[in-house]
Amino acid sequence: MTRDQRARSIGVHLVLIAYSLLAVGPILLVVMNSFKVRSAIFGSPLTPPDASTFSLIGYEKVFRSSHILLYYSNSLIVTLVSMALVLLFGAMAAWALTEYRFRGSTALALFLSIGIMVPIRLGSVAILNMMRSAGLNDTLTALVLVYVAQGLPMSIFILSEFIQQIPKDLRDAARCDGVPETRIFFEVVAPLLRPAIATVAVFTIVPIWNDLWFPLILTSSDSTHTVTLGVQQFLGQYITDWNSVLAALSMAILPVVVIYVILSRQLIAGLTSGAVK
Amino acid sequence: MANLSIEHLNKRYGATTVLNDVNLSIEDGEFVVLVGPSGCGKSTLLRMIAGLDGASGGDIHIAGKLVNTLAPAERGIAMVFQSYALYPHMNVRKNMTFGLKFTGVPPTERERRVTEAARMLRLEELLERYPRDLSGGQRQRVAIGRAIVREPEVFLFDEPLSNLDAALRVSTRVEIANLHRLLKSTIVYVTHDQVEAMTLADRIVVMNKGCIEQVGKPLDLYYEPANLFVAGFIGSPAMNFFEAEVEGIEGGRARVTGAAFRTLDISAASLKVGDRLTVGVRPEHLVRGEAGAFTAEGIVELVERLGEASFAYLRRVDGKMFVAEVRGRQTPAPGETVTLVAASPDVHVFDASGLRVATETR
Ligand SMILES: Nc1ncnc2c1ncn2[C@@H]1O[C@H](COP(=O)(O)OP(=O)(O)OP(=O)(O)O)[C@@H](O)[C@H]1O
Ligand SMILES: [Mg+2]
Repeated sequence: MTRDQRARSIGVHLVLIAYSLLAVGPILLVVMNSFKVRSAIFGSPLTPPDASTFSLIGYEKVFRSSHILLYYSNSLIVTLVSMALVLLFGAMAAWALTEYRFRGSTALALFLSIGIMVPIRLGSVAILNMMRSAGLNDTLTALVLVYVAQGLPMSIFILSEFIQQIPKDLRDAARCDGVPETRIFFEVVAPLLRPAIATVAVFTIVPIWNDLWFPLILTSSDSTHTVTLGVQQFLGQYITDWNSVLAALSMAILPVVVIYVILSRQLIAGLTSGAVK
Repeated sequence: MANLSIEHLNKRYGATTVLNDVNLSIEDGEFVVLVGPSGCGKSTLLRMIAGLDGASGGDIHIAGKLVNTLAPAERGIAMVFQSYALYPHMNVRKNMTFGLKFTGVPPTERERRVTEAARMLRLEELLERYPRDLSGGQRQRVAIGRAIVREPEVFLFDEPLSNLDAALRVSTRVEIANLHRLLKSTIVYVTHDQVEAMTLADRIVVMNKGCIEQVGKPLDLYYEPANLFVAGFIGSPAMNFFEAEVEGIEGGRARVTGAAFRTLDISAASLKVGDRLTVGVRPEHLVRGEAGAFTAEGIVELVERLGEASFAYLRRVDGKMFVAEVRGRQTPAPGETVTLVAASPDVHVFDASGLRVATETR
């Protein structure tokens, strides 16, 4: 490595490190302070907990005074079911739109791309009315339906791009081999889409898990609350129980991190195996 | 195994016509090679035989059965692609058996066919490998194996060797020839490599701009090209062309003159005085001499030495260039004026519309 290259490499790494600190810093702060007593959270927010300031009081309160495990499972159910449906329908729609020319296919693609540009929250009132009249008010199903609608356009868009990169000869070869169209999709195309699917999964999961808006307007009873909504009960108008808030938030972060780690492994594995023709 | 017949086949994409009234009849067990310049519609024709592209008009029969509306798998064809198109996430064995699952071949039979194909193509050691762990030649053999296990009536190859290096291309070519001898199946093979076409084909189909220019045995095409296009396309370097005119006719023989060669006598009954012609001579038929049936002079501008032969690029009297093959170690020097002659069977004559004029041939 020449000096020039080394200097450039150091520069790049400095930028990356700075960016990482910026991204990870607040998370670290939340997790760190969730293990401290209330006075230490405000007294010295930037120091890690030591023997005198360490406390699990936040976690205790969260488990004692709320149905955090229920919220957790609600969040998990909603997120995973939505993700599965978004991936399945997204991939199938992307395949249909890129592979087949049928009447209205361009119009359909256009219609779906509008979904990327128009935020779904604009339709909140209509969605609420719709769910009411469908009797889905205050159910997890309502959330799943909304999230699937929210995630589909982007996933179709991304997956279409990836499907176009799969050599056309491969599908033609499968057709000559007598493989039925559905099997071509599930056994030839889908396995090759693995890296794309991992990408879309991450893109889909994070906003759903973190969403506060739709649980707030679509769910009312405690039994359908998600984690993000559950945390809100510690944020009072006059006093905020910071121990509990930070503890609950730390716990809310955990699954996203786990899922991300799993999927990014998958993502890298997919990329390397697909890179060689 | 089956014959294949194509009648009045047309293919249009919107306003562009890609195939224009293609008629072709292929015998059972015949090895037919499609050649033609890039974009002339060879792949399109092959894909239409396979059923991957629909026809805009015309009929395709395989083994006497009209297959226009049949899916690729129902046509009894197997196709080998230029890009190999192996399933990247399946090992070699799975690549070969994957399709058989869906066409109702029982597992024991699948196994037998894979073993048989692997033996034929020397793939036994590779059956558990993934395509990414194979060399280009091995991948191509797997692709051929995948076609063989389907036991098709007709094999379709689309430039199967063009991704291989020169040495591998030769050995795989020999392998394909052997395979044809062994399987005795009907093969339609697209290439733009002349050597491949000449060596493999029972018959060559020369295509140009979506039309068939000529169909014939390799040497027939070489010695008796039906028109200017085929004459220029078959053979490398390409045939030299000289503008000419009929000056006189005496006793069934025509006297032909041109700016760039000495007056020539050909036996052609159908010519009239004043007819405009094109005279063609292949570089390899020109030899140094004083006077022959055909004689032309040129100033050497460039000599390409290939070893066994060299190609001399000469400037003719009318300013255009022509090429002559020179054998042996003594090559003419640039600037030298050389006289080249050809025997009368090696002189091709084409009329004003580009069609061959019947003369004596080899
Ligand atoms: N989907 C399409 N829409 C419009 N034109 C097309 C389409 N597919 C092919 N063509 C045209 O059809 C013509 C023939 O294409 P084809 O692939 O058959 O050529 P080819 O003889 O196989 O050429 P090559 O030797 O380069 O492979 C080309 O001019 C191409 O531009
Ligand atoms: Mg082609």
